[in-house]
Amino acid sequence: MKNRVAFFGVFVALALIFSYVESLIPLQVGIPGAKLGLANLIIVIVLYKTDFKEAFLLSVTRVILSGFIFGNLASIIYSLAGGIISLCVMAFLKRRNSFSLYGISIAGGVSHNIAQLCVAMIVLHTKSLVYYLALLLLAGLMTGFVIGYISNEMLKRLSNINFN
Amino acid sequence: MKIELNKKDWALIIIIISVSFVSFISHYLLYGTGSDNVIVKVNGEITGVYDLENDDTININEGSNILKIKNRKVNMIQADCPDQLCVHQKPISSDHMSIICLPNKVFVEIQSKESSAVDAVTN
Repeated sequence: MKNRVAFFGVFVALALIFSYVESLIPLQVGIPGAKLGLANLIIVIVLYKTDFKEAFLLSVTRVILSGFIFGNLASIIYSLAGGIISLCVMAFLKRRNSFSLYGISIAGGVSHNIAQLCVAMIVLHTKSLVYYLALLLLAGLMTGFVIGYISNEMLKRLSNINFN
Repeated sequence: MKIELNKKDWALIIIIISVSFVSFISHYLLYGTGSDNVIVKVNGEITGVYDLENDDTININEGSNILKIKNRKVNMIQADCPDQLCVHQKPISSDHMSIICLPNKVFVEIQSKESSAVDAVTN
């Protein structure tokens, strides 16, 4: 049990650092909310090595903490919506056992972006943001693929470490 | 836990690409070129929004600047500022172009109706 808590702490810290590093990379695309989702890498790994509950707790904790630390409270609601929904989508698909890690990661990335777009449309009372759907889907596809590849490599190397 | 891309993954990828393609196309079919707004700001606050399609002569800031919209072009035809840069500036007609009169703190910008929604989103 103690190990689990320690590992959780490490993962929260890692996820925070990843989102910080990601914020340093200037994104040329200019789409609101499109990002590499490096912190999702941690979420995916935790989802695969432990269980849904752990990943969920990690996701929520990371979003709230990073909102406070990096000073962008308004973005918490976007990240929270994106993170929770994408995690639920990924956990659901993982249970069905028909997609590979790549497919799940792609689904996670895409659903993350769609959720953020929906929240933005609700908050700003505008439907015209749907214009961004096409770009966000493609962005989610690509980042999901990249995250899928990296987490695959990481999971291979972490196969003998047990996080329980 | 499967590691390689399998058929279902490809199905998902193809679905995502198709949906994104469809929404992209349908956007252009639905909105067309759309109409553009001419946004007038004095001192950072919006004092008027006009349609690029409607010919108009606008008094800005109690007449310190006079703006003319004609034939989808926006032109500052008169101003009481010493440098007259805004008056000499070429007429603007497309999205995101602007005319600025710094001494009078007047800012005129063309925004297409879609991108004006985007400008309100914070990151």
